[in-house]
Amino acid sequence: MFEIGLGHYLTLGAIIFTIGIAGIFLNRKNIIVILMSIELILLAVNINLVSFSIYLNDIGGQIFTLFILAVAAAEAAIGLAIIVVYFRNAGTIRVEEINNLKG
Amino acid sequence: MIIHSIFFFIFSFIAIVSAVMVTASKNTVHSVFFLILDFVSISCLFIMIGAEFLGMMMLIVYVGAVAVLFLFVVMMLNVTQQKNEWFASSSSSSHIPMGLLISIIIFFEIIVVIAGWKYKTEVVNSFPLGINLDVTNTHSIGYVLYTDYIHVFQISGMILLTAMIGAIVLTFRQRTGIKRQSYLKQISRERNESIELKEVESKKGVKIDV
Repeated sequence: MFEIGLGHYLTLGAIIFTIGIAGIFLNRKNIIVILMSIELILLAVNINLVSFSIYLNDIGGQIFTLFILAVAAAEAAIGLAIIVVYFRNAGTIRVEEINNLKG
Repeated sequence: MIIHSIFFFIFSFIAIVSAVMVTASKNTVHSVFFLILDFVSISCLFIMIGAEFLGMMMLIVYVGAVAVLFLFVVMMLNVTQQKNEWFASSSSSSHIPMGLLISIIIFFEIIVVIAGWKYKTEVVNSFPLGINLDVTNTHSIGYVLYTDYIHVFQISGMILLTAMIGAIVLTFRQRTGIKRQSYLKQISRERNESIELKEVESKKGVKIDV
């Protein structure tokens, strides 16, 4: 059986990162799923940082993973608050119907 | 080592499948459930690789706080009743091939970078903050977090405070037609404007005019 190395963890991080980006691109549902995709992307970054931290014997990566956790929690709270306010005003959070800026 | 490999493949397979299901699931509540499953399997991987504190922290912060917050908002906003098509929507289905193509290109770029990655051994040995094997993972994080990274730690606390205040300010709503307790009114009441003494004559009673 072949050994699990750094490359396996980095590949797992790359796959989850790509799934998160594809989730943002292809999403036709509500914005909450886009926020969940952003959480997936941050999770992939955490995987990269932790695996490098273990394989390089450097604790700094895990420290920064803690800070990414804090920032992800703050971002989720603010994003969900914005979504709640938008839903209260506009009555929908479907991606297609949010086109006030006509972008 | 074989057990380690088998568990790695099991956990990463569950993580990838649940990450796909987060974006592809028709029901938003199911997406949140798969997000929780994803976080749990990744935290199992962290514990397996040797970052026990971060694995437990992921469970507490992500599963205990963030995912429950998502679930709360999804159930509060009642978005599961809406029509959820992924590919069927006519107006914007032209984005889908281009989005898939760009995602696949991004994936292969990352894979190429990972496959071509080489680290110099002298750089590996010259890191100032090494992992001490005599202490646990939590101890070694604590030694560094509260000494070398103390300012960053305090700034992250301020970010969380700002997020808390921002979420409260954004979702606060002043409603009309609701009786509320007014502390200022209660405190600023005085005796002479709330109590009136009357002389009551015998057998006549008192007439109170409101």
